[in-house]
Amino acid sequence: MSRYSALGLLRGAFNGQKHWQPAWRDPEPRKSYDVIVIGGGGHGLATAYYLASVHGVRNVAVLEKGWIGGGNTGRNTTLVRSNYRQPQLHNLFEFGLKLWHGLSDELNYNVMFSPRGAMFLGHSDADMAKLAELGDAMRCDGIDADLLTRDQVEKVEPLLDFSRNARFPIEGAVIQWRAGTARHDAVAWGYARAADALGVDIIQKCEVTGFVRDGDAVIGVETTRGRILAARTGICVAGHSGHVAGLAGLRLPIESQTLQAVVTEGVKPMVQSVIMSNSLHCYISQSDKGGVVMGGDPDNWPSYARRGQPTVVEHAIAQAIGLMPALSRLRMLRTWSGVTDMSFDGAPIIGPTPIDNLFLNGGWCYGGFKATPASGWTYAHTLATGTPHALNAPFSLERFMTGATIDETGVGPMPNHR
Amino acid sequence: MYQIDCPHCGPRAQSEFTFDRPVEAIVPPDAAAADALQALYTRTNPMGVDDEVWRHTYGCRAWLVLTRDRVSHAIDAVRALGPEALS
Ligand SMILES: [Zn+2]
Repeated sequence: MSRYSALGLLRGAFNGQKHWQPAWRDPEPRKSYDVIVIGGGGHGLATAYYLASVHGVRNVAVLEKGWIGGGNTGRNTTLVRSNYRQPQLHNLFEFGLKLWHGLSDELNYNVMFSPRGAMFLGHSDADMAKLAELGDAMRCDGIDADLLTRDQVEKVEPLLDFSRNARFPIEGAVIQWRAGTARHDAVAWGYARAADALGVDIIQKCEVTGFVRDGDAVIGVETTRGRILAARTGICVAGHSGHVAGLAGLRLPIESQTLQAVVTEGVKPMVQSVIMSNSLHCYISQSDKGGVVMGGDPDNWPSYARRGQPTVVEHAIAQAIGLMPALSRLRMLRTWSGVTDMSFDGAPIIGPTPIDNLFLNGGWCYGGFKATPASGWTYAHTLATGTPHALNAPFSLERFMTGATIDETGVGPMPNHR
Repeated sequence: MYQIDCPHCGPRAQSEFTFDRPVEAIVPPDAAAADALQALYTRTNPMGVDDEVWRHTYGCRAWLVLTRDRVSHAIDAVRALGPEALS
């Protein structure tokens, strides 16, 4: 792998930039591997990269049905943060946030991570008490969180509606300054290039159609490009976990639902941070190209269609305009949707399954992108050693049967009410 | 699927309806604890047709069973919820 650098770019300028090579190979699948990762999204590619770089497991294949980064990695709203109340969640996401801060250097690929701050708005005294508790819980584990007054919020985001007859009055916020956004495609491409350089085979247009069994154990997969064997197989296809695990006969605590997002035409900087509100259900940020990105709740009924209801988008936009009336002047560029794994406590699943040699990483609900490095790192540990790391041990599949769920919103087994 | 044909009210906009759970997740009152746990916490979640419990929440408020494709969104049948709808 040739290293990307400013000097290389300058040198290329003298020969018409003709030195560029493909960033990863396009290999034929081998007959067998030490580890197969099903799913070439950010999480799967990160898993392969950390298997090779941290654990020295380089005989690895990433199997992708379409093209890498073409699923939820290319469909999210690129938010990166670790501001969760439950210690298991914020410790996992914070581990990831620390990796995000050095990721461009580590991968030698600009993932455009921009720690511009992410805030939860408070609209009432009760909101502010809850946000103070959230901030305290984070700070107890060494994670940054600052409680902002109404005036302090106005300094960061002057375009929010601070008038006293505002649709959603703003009383303050809790902000995590180290949080922000990243370039979603670059994350997949950066991990792919770095993993490929360490010997990982990235095999695209290769759909898994079944599992090869030896007794109870999984010893490989059937694919549209033939049978491929592996000592360990990891499912990493959030959105379609139910479908792929179903090929092995597993029933998961997951329902697949549509989550939509919206982006406007590009404008000059008007949203400085990432604005979220738990009392409402919308979040607003501005991309580096200038488009204002907004999202809201899932459509709340099962679907694999990547096609949502306009009413749900309308609801999210109405709330965003209520918070920031100037947004009403922008034209909508496009809306899109992805299929999300809604797990039954709102938290992910990373660990072994009841089937020998088969592992699962999924259930990311609407919050998987931010976890890409942490998900890959802990899943690589799990696949290399056969046992979970302390960070992902709480996110076992058994927790739903033992009652040890990690329910940030306290809703219970009702993914459509989350 | 932007219109659902309620057996009581006729075709109405989907925004009047709410999804509750797949039929397989209905827990019988006399279920053993282990079976109730399975029904509440696991799903087939098929990439295809399933039977689902919906409610005409912002209409007649009746419970319904939809046989619905989760990829094409085509609705094959809408029935009022009752013993014969589940059999
Ligand atoms: Zn009706």
